[in-house]
Amino acid sequence: MTILTYMIAYCGIAIFLVAVLARFLTWSKMPMHLRWELYPVAHEGGGRAAYGGSYLENSEWWTRDREVSLIGEVKAMVPEIMFLVALKEHNRKLWTRSFPFHFGLYLVAACTILMIAAGILGALVPGVMAGVVGGIFSFLIPVTGYAGLVLGLIGAFGLIQRRRTKPLRDYTAPMDVVNLVFFVLVFGFALATALIVDRDFSIVSEFVANLVTFNVAALPVVGFGGSLPYISAILLAALVAYIPLTHMSHFVGKYFAYHAIRWADEPNLPGGKQEAVIHDLLNQPVSWSAPHIKGDGKKTWLDVATEDQSK
Amino acid sequence: MKEPASVKDFSKHAGQPLAHIEPADQIPLPPPFDRIDEDPAIAPLTDEAREKYFVLDDTIAVNLPKPQNKEEEERLVQGFLSGLEKLFSKEDNWTFLQPLEMSMEHCAKCQTCSEACHIYEESGNNELYRPIYRSEILRRIYFKYIKKASPLVHGDIDLNWETVGRLIELSYRCNLCRRCAQTCPIGVDNALLSREIRKIASQEMGITVRELHKDGSVLQLEVGSSTGMTPMIVKDNIEFIDEDTAERTGIEIETPWDKQGADILLIHNAGEIMAWPENPGAFATIFEAAGLSWTMSSEALAYDGINYGVWYDDMQFARVAVRHAQAAKNLGVKKIVLGECGHAHKSLTVIADKVLTGDLNIPRESAMVTLRDIVRSGKIKFDKSRNDFPVTLHDPCNMVRLMGIVSPQREIMEAVVPKERFREMAPHGVENYCCGGGSGFAIMSGHNFADWRHHMTGRRKFRQILEAFAAEPMDIDHPKYVCAPCSNCKGQLRDIITYYDAWEKAGIYYGGLVELMVNAMVDTQPGFIDWEWH
Repeated sequence: MTILTYMIAYCGIAIFLVAVLARFLTWSKMPMHLRWELYPVAHEGGGRAAYGGSYLENSEWWTRDREVSLIGEVKAMVPEIMFLVALKEHNRKLWTRSFPFHFGLYLVAACTILMIAAGILGALVPGVMAGVVGGIFSFLIPVTGYAGLVLGLIGAFGLIQRRRTKPLRDYTAPMDVVNLVFFVLVFGFALATALIVDRDFSIVSEFVANLVTFNVAALPVVGFGGSLPYISAILLAALVAYIPLTHMSHFVGKYFAYHAIRWADEPNLPGGKQEAVIHDLLNQPVSWSAPHIKGDGKKTWLDVATEDQSK
Repeated sequence: MKEPASVKDFSKHAGQPLAHIEPADQIPLPPPFDRIDEDPAIAPLTDEAREKYFVLDDTIAVNLPKPQNKEEEERLVQGFLSGLEKLFSKEDNWTFLQPLEMSMEHCAKCQTCSEACHIYEESGNNELYRPIYRSEILRRIYFKYIKKASPLVHGDIDLNWETVGRLIELSYRCNLCRRCAQTCPIGVDNALLSREIRKIASQEMGITVRELHKDGSVLQLEVGSSTGMTPMIVKDNIEFIDEDTAERTGIEIETPWDKQGADILLIHNAGEIMAWPENPGAFATIFEAAGLSWTMSSEALAYDGINYGVWYDDMQFARVAVRHAQAAKNLGVKKIVLGECGHAHKSLTVIADKVLTGDLNIPRESAMVTLRDIVRSGKIKFDKSRNDFPVTLHDPCNMVRLMGIVSPQREIMEAVVPKERFREMAPHGVENYCCGGGSGFAIMSGHNFADWRHHMTGRRKFRQILEAFAAEPMDIDHPKYVCAPCSNCKGQLRDIITYYDAWEKAGIYYGGLVELMVNAMVDTQPGFIDWEWH
């Protein structure tokens, strides 16, 4: 059971990383598309982002350097990621469920990062975890862990309830509910495990420390509930592996939705780097069959766009 | 059908409409249009139309004939699937593949978009008009029939000819204003998906809306303008407009044609020349008074900035954009300035940005910016008191939400309208509502489509206008000006003001931005805006 649990945990993490990377690469390798930005664009400089203005408001904008504010992006992204402000503003009912769910996930992730940090620190600086530093970790890990699991569960139950009622019900596929139930199962089991055998999160901390130091040692738990930490770890690993294989990976897609579509306002300036890419795209074959196109798989976009259409 | 149509109903109930809207279903308009008994109902479709074409709801946009035999039914389904497959090809749809995949993959179906949609809300929250409704149908078809995924993951739907016909028709129940996309927490764009469905119909199946394709982009490419104006006719018309404008302003003008090496090629929406001649007249007056080096082009297409392809077909879009750029290149101008037309702005400036390369990549500027610079230059003196009437400003979606041109028109307003007379609509700027004519609707009026448009797509803007002027006496003796710096928006406003008789009943008038400017020019005779309902 011990070695199997470690192996499953490593597999879960590996699948997560590979799947997220694969998704990221898939989105990155997509061809350049026509501009389809939507204002406000958060990185717009000159104070224009505040009211949704763009550099196109400038006289002869093509002769000026663009004012791009990365701080502007951060100011928009951080509240959006942390607090789901768009949902809060436009769909308060769902936000009351979705925010605890997502914030719970963040806290569980934070708890995991703290345990990883503690594991690495403990391995690199033996004895450090016995002092003040260890005390801080011992305080923060259970606080973030409990808060994350409880909030995640509240949110997941709320989202299931919302998905079972109109108008979401008609648009919810069975797997949408299964996904949430999976969260409830995993988080519920983890919370139960903590309350029954691991109230200070020391066992799970040791498990994570063993993971990061590749030490597949047995956990210090025996008797009633002795298998609970192992089962919980397996469930968590399964969830971690599962998320990026489903549309719950929208955290990857959302990055591209904003940076590659909504905020993608970089102009194609004469002689600029985009022109060569566009040239290649326009020389791709077209196979659309409508009579006004008659794409035969040989004609290119350029051919179609420059065909004489006059009477 | 009595119950609102759910997604599951979409491929069932053959031949039956899936929605019917009565005035009583809708939120009453503000006074003096708040009496439901005076709110005209949508005129019913004729029996002949219902018999012949696909019927989705109370109107018909596409005129898609019902298949007469199994072969035709199969052709419809297979054509749709073939087009859907091409939509996900890197070669055939590089233009929108990434935004499309994003919107197909990541919708959480949270319904945040619904409350952002003026059509859904003004329908009395009818299920058929939810922004996600048509996206969900498309998504289910794609995952089940193209990706062969389990319906347990993405939902189930039956694909038959009724589904295809209805979905194509339903893609023309969206203004493509992208207000829904603006509110989506994930960035899903239902308007884009509406446009992609239109593309399958047009680019693969040859199914189009007559006003947009045959009488629109095809006519424009064949003769030079969707109005049918040839180069010779447009020059004649502008000559007449110059004379008429000179009479009204007291300032002689002569629009320059084909001036080689001019700084600016001005491209109007040719609809202005036909329907609102005071607009190109006002432009000429302002540009001449400011001493700009400018010209119009009599080359085919270059005197009509419209590009209807932006609403339904990437190929037609590219063809028109290239011709616009070629005309500018032939004249050797430094920049193209786009007149008061929102979709022409977006087409040539933003969308065509990734189409035009090399010597066709000629800078494009919004007339809002050019006019704002003229105001700033002080070359023209304005007397605000000449515009001493209530004014509100409509933000064309293409210019504002989709291009970020928000402040120049407001700076002009400040220069030509007394501050206390200007009222912003709520909401405005990038959060504005569509006029109701977006995505081609303003020029679509087959069967009873105009009626449907007034009730469903234009009603929110009309409501906003009434609310903006709520503190004013609502009668013809107190004229009010709705400034819409966009030809299509003006067409929609004209139609809805006419429909509700709002000029006679409430003194609501409309026009462009340059008309307000010329009306306030110190050097012109007063009264450029004549308040005559045309």
